[in-house]
Amino acid sequence: MTEQIPSKSAAAIDRAKAEGRAALIGYLPAGYPDVQATIDAGIAMARNGADLIEIGIPYSDPVMDGPVIQAATTEAIAKGFHVASVFDVVAGITAATDAAVLVMTYWNPVMRMGVDEFSRRLAEAGGAGLITPDLIPDEASEWFEASDKYGLDRVFLVAPSSSPERLAMTVAASRGFVYAVSIMGVTGARQAVSSSAEKLVADAHAAGAERVCVGLGVSNASHVREIAAYADGVIVGTALVAAIRDGGVEAVGQLTRDLSSGLSRAELSGSGVAASTVPAEKEEF
Amino acid sequence: MVDAPTAGSNENAADAFLQGGTTLRHAPGPYFGSYGGRWMPESLIAALDELEDTFDKAKADPEFLAQLSELNKNYSGRPSLLTEAKRFSAYAGGARIFLKREDLNHTGSHKINNVLGQALLAKRMGKTRVIAETGAGQHGVASATAAALLGLECVVYMGAEDCRRQALNVARMQLLGATVVPVTNGSQTLKDAINDALRDWVANVENTHYLLGTAAGAHPFPAMVRFFHEVIGEEARAQILEQTGRLPDAVCACIGGGSNAIGIFHGFLDDPSVKIYGFEAGGDGVETGRHAATITLGRPGVLHGARSYLMQDEDGQTIESHSISAGLDYPGVGPEHSYLADIGRVTYEPITDAEAMDAFRLLCRTEGIIPAIESSHALAGALKVGQRLVEGKENPAHTIVIVNLSGRGDKDVQTAAEWFDMLDEDGNVKGTTLSTRKPKGAGTFADVNADPNADVKAQTSEDQN
Repeated sequence: MTEQIPSKSAAAIDRAKAEGRAALIGYLPAGYPDVQATIDAGIAMARNGADLIEIGIPYSDPVMDGPVIQAATTEAIAKGFHVASVFDVVAGITAATDAAVLVMTYWNPVMRMGVDEFSRRLAEAGGAGLITPDLIPDEASEWFEASDKYGLDRVFLVAPSSSPERLAMTVAASRGFVYAVSIMGVTGARQAVSSSAEKLVADAHAAGAERVCVGLGVSNASHVREIAAYADGVIVGTALVAAIRDGGVEAVGQLTRDLSSGLSRAELSGSGVAASTVPAEKEEF
Repeated sequence: MVDAPTAGSNENAADAFLQGGTTLRHAPGPYFGSYGGRWMPESLIAALDELEDTFDKAKADPEFLAQLSELNKNYSGRPSLLTEAKRFSAYAGGARIFLKREDLNHTGSHKINNVLGQALLAKRMGKTRVIAETGAGQHGVASATAAALLGLECVVYMGAEDCRRQALNVARMQLLGATVVPVTNGSQTLKDAINDALRDWVANVENTHYLLGTAAGAHPFPAMVRFFHEVIGEEARAQILEQTGRLPDAVCACIGGGSNAIGIFHGFLDDPSVKIYGFEAGGDGVETGRHAATITLGRPGVLHGARSYLMQDEDGQTIESHSISAGLDYPGVGPEHSYLADIGRVTYEPITDAEAMDAFRLLCRTEGIIPAIESSHALAGALKVGQRLVEGKENPAHTIVIVNLSGRGDKDVQTAAEWFDMLDEDGNVKGTTLSTRKPKGAGTFADVNADPNADVKAQTSEDQN
């Protein structure tokens, strides 16, 4: 990994590691149900145990997303969401918390604004970097340049189908952490965590990745606990989107607290106990 | 970044390109100038690599080429005819119009060329299932056909709006054993069908080949789909030489994603004397915003795996396209077309719904051929091109224009009947008791798979009325 440039995501993951646990990364799409709610929910996630916040840019053609996130982002666009509002969301959350805030975006909106301009504005808003589900390092020369220029993290994805060569190449191209896709599929809650995730994390570590976080299909504290045993971070999306849809900001806070109970690597950490201690710890940062 | 050229401004550049001895044919990808590439999730890269490798080996394998050629000849009915449209030509200023008859292929369009090739590749890769997107239904029908022929499971994603416009093709796919999934996301048309097909592919890539129907998408699709359609241009070039003793002055095709067009263009790209025209769907008129004229009014972006011209708003969100023709109703275009537009080798122009439907009716009445509405855009364009090219010429009949008649219009009879006001309030053809429409409440497309036989019976009884 490129480590010469300081990484906000790496720092957040390392703080969790210093506490003897994996990091929790929570996803919500910007502008759902509105921009202020996204800011409030992001702050609620950070105060209830999320170490990193991932804010998605609603996009017209989200091919890596399942029905729940599709419905949310479609609604956000229908209500008039504009891409530039994502910088307000990032600034709003970073102003109130110490969580690292990343933006998850399909590539065309970035390309349309201009990779350099988008990167500059993200950095100015206090953002940590980008997670890019449909941008592979092979096509990312403009993004390499801009992310170095503005000190942003480049989070590329690796999948169970990635060849050893591509895994090594993608790990080398990433900064902050590597996003390991737990299963072959799109976002959405699933009954069980795929067994392929653990092998993928091990392979990415072996290929030189210092931090590997697992996402896709992670929806409850039990999943979190299982993944926290071998990964540096756990990414939850769809379950949080369903929470804000059904119960608003408060439900997002509650679910985050519950999810974070699964983070400790200590075998005996009862979920209730861990949950109650996390918010206090976070507020000290 | 390359800006769109003004019409015709780069013809000198294209001439220089050709005089430099460089060929425009057989561009291998992944890039066509600054277009193309692989803007795709990592999860699918291994499958694209496997496909590229299989395709590269197959196209150099005499056994594969012989197998494909045998199917083209004895299954699809190739070579397709080149028919001179003598009465239609009178409306093109007297220029001689020749029709490349892809409408006569098995399944009724050029789509069969590509699906046979890709289905053979799917078998070579050991895949047991193919998925496809479809707009007008022609590619879905062709995919279902190839899957039946080669014993593959087939699932077709089709926008719910397109299911309505092309109900007959839904029934055809079901008759052929395919499962049709109506897509209710977004604009419920071709782009959303591609999104859902990609989601399926990510989840099932181990046993599934995505049989993409147009010369777009991530590498190797644009170059591969073109390869399977190159036969159109190669045949047309040999046929026009045989029938007239010389090359045409112009070649015309319609452009949605651009597969029929790139197939016929390929035969003439390296012939500097041949002007090449692609006709996009102008919908209600490009000034109305309701159109699918991607190259004319779009700007470069990434969609469905390739960098190409794209209809997008200032936020980079894809704009919904509009066209009377389901097969052209797509806000993107194949990357090779974007490149050919930028270097000025091909001229791209919009044709409105009204112009296309006028040409549709004209071909019906002057030649006894009912064209697909997609192909009618090329016909309307050819009328304009013919009139332009004969201007100032002593003998207009010395001007020769080839039109790729990419499909037949049987599927479009309902749309045409509505357009030409042939129906009464109940959907019956005026002056008859013949209904072109299902009775109200006869079922929704949400349950198209529920009982295929029910649809089949309804259709058959209508046909017999």
